Amino acid sequence: MSDGRRIDRVEGSAIPLRGANIDTDRVIPARFLKSVTFEGLGEHVFEDDRKSMTNHPFSDPCYRRASILLTNENFGSGSSREHAPQALMRWGLAACVGESFSEIFQANALVIGLPCATVDATDIEYLMRCAEQDANQRMVFCVSELTLQVLDRTISVAMPPAARLALINGSWDATGLLLNQFHEVRTVAARLPYVKAFR
Amino acid sequence: MAQTLLQKVWDLHTVRRLPTGQTQLFIGLHLIHEVTTPQAFDMLRARGAGVAFPERTYATVDHIVPTLDQRRPFADKMAEQMMASLERNCREFSIPLSDLTTDRQGIVHIIGPELGLTQPGMTIACGDSHTSTHGAFGVVAFGIGTSQVRDVLASQCLAIEPLKVRRICVTGALQRGVYAKDLILEIIRRLGVKGGVGYAYEYAGEVLDRMTMDERMTICNMSIEGGARVGYVNPDQTTFDYVQGRPFAPQGEAFDRACAWWTSIASDRDAVFDDEVVLKAEEIEPIVTWGINPGQSIGISERIPFPGDAEGTLAPVRTETTDVPLKLRSDDKHLPDTAFPKQQGERSSVHEALEFMGWTAGTPIAGTKIDVAFLGSCTNSRLSDLREAAHIVRGHKVSAHVRALVVPGSKGVRHAAEAEGLDEIFRQAGFEWRDAGCSLCLGMNPDRLEGREVCASSSNRNFKGRQGSPTGRTLLMSPAMVAAAAISGEVTDVRNLLA
Repeated sequence: MSDGRRIDRVEGSAIPLRGANIDTDRVIPARFLKSVTFEGLGEHVFEDDRKSMTNHPFSDPCYRRASILLTNENFGSGSSREHAPQALMRWGLAACVGESFSEIFQANALVIGLPCATVDATDIEYLMRCAEQDANQRMVFCVSELTLQVLDRTISVAMPPAARLALINGSWDATGLLLNQFHEVRTVAARLPYVKAFR
Repeated sequence: MAQTLLQKVWDLHTVRRLPTGQTQLFIGLHLIHEVTTPQAFDMLRARGAGVAFPERTYATVDHIVPTLDQRRPFADKMAEQMMASLERNCREFSIPLSDLTTDRQGIVHIIGPELGLTQPGMTIACGDSHTSTHGAFGVVAFGIGTSQVRDVLASQCLAIEPLKVRRICVTGALQRGVYAKDLILEIIRRLGVKGGVGYAYEYAGEVLDRMTMDERMTICNMSIEGGARVGYVNPDQTTFDYVQGRPFAPQGEAFDRACAWWTSIASDRDAVFDDEVVLKAEEIEPIVTWGINPGQSIGISERIPFPGDAEGTLAPVRTETTDVPLKLRSDDKHLPDTAFPKQQGERSSVHEALEFMGWTAGTPIAGTKIDVAFLGSCTNSRLSDLREAAHIVRGHKVSAHVRALVVPGSKGVRHAAEAEGLDEIFRQAGFEWRDAGCSLCLGMNPDRLEGREVCASSSNRNFKGRQGSPTGRTLLMSPAMVAAAAISGEVTDVRNLLA
């Protein structure tokens, strides 16, 4: 049941989005969560921020073909809405590289095959400057090697080991894996006092 | 070996170690609601899968429901479609649903405990980040996204990585007029909005020991605002007394057996934590957020900070001479980054927040004029919250320029409040008395801010645009402080009204 697509290399240009604690309400405002599908979320990504800021990178046509999102600290904090990584992916992004991510965002991104890797503050500043100076600057993010190449530099990135393995093995969509040994699930349920004994 | 509650519950629910190194964790209770599930059910159908344990799944409706006119079909066609989708999915997969026609409908994190579905020692998951609320019962509860909702529907399991545990011990006693909400806002302010990443927060100490379940729920609810996906309090007699007699609670002799087991899953006295923080409760005053994340808050006697103040104001826990005793046990080299955030990004964040909110740095927060007062949300819409607020409101009128509404967290809360006459106190003061739902906490239903309105809110998030107007401004505070702001028309120290 797993998609099985192995995700290792993401190549392309990057879009720099500066600012700490950019929450998922900002990535995709709640009014867009009223749809029963994820269709069309890409066009509304950062909609309110884009309207209120004159120079939002997601409004800049130079970055329209970017594959890698560059962010600062605690990106994706707040609401657990998967709509946030869905909107970013449907906009066209294939990876996020930032100083740090909220745990729920990172988990939601992983299960739809959107890798999130962290780099230190100095490196993210360098990467953002590269992308700001040249919107077409090509970057190569390699999940298995935990590297990001830009110009003549190879920058080390970090990912939770399980996320890295799930992406390179193609097991990031966990449903199949979780159903694999279903008898063991029943065994655990049967040993939980509150499932049977407290009735 | 001595263990924490998190370790005990984790081990008991572990199905196996997955090839990725993650744990396959059994979920004892899956709570679902209308917003984060339609796509999950569609994915399930597309894969030909079913719901593995419908009897361990429970649904309600809260986010999109109008709180003024709940007649069907809803005026908002998208909301109606979303509602119909949940009804159809629950029917198709035999999942119990507390919809608007029942007396058991309400905000998912209010009804779980209220119905006795939430019980100590469980793992709980729900497609909502405030699922941490259930931790108040000694539960390990995760907020998840829609694809993970699909996983839990299909397998009753999550693929997840283990968490470290930070014990947050609160000593002494809270002053009169200082509530659980102030305490959790203070914790977030000191440890930072990402301080809890990688951790479960165990809240402990004499203050937590004395707290009611309602208060513990308020604390655990906002764990996620401090970056911690999971927050919990060890179960004790207060917990057992709350659970006893509720519709889904164990009955009779089974309840006694349950209590014995619930006692056994609490953290052992000599359990070792990855990290420990101690706070003195008496030093805390009523807290109000001034900025655009829940960590940007100050005491009611303080002034809105300057961007340059950021380091000192936001991370006092780092200073050597701090009056907050602090002990760090872990030698994990990655710990300092996440545990005691350097707040590097905070300086620019303060500037951004001041600009968005339109404040002048250095102005006292007390006296800030408000336009809307909102009593509600999964953080603070329980009976005790409404009682505290009504106590302040009684005999007063809502300030002429303020729109004020009370939205009970559940039908159960609403009925109980009406039985005590709280609705009359609020109505006579000029508050609107609404039906249960998430309401003005988030912009998904007809309740929302207009334009640049400033809202004194008992909810949990002051993010830009959170309350439905992209330029609306939210000040988070306790229900009593919201009540005080409603009647005075501006941010006010509730302790003056209690004197």
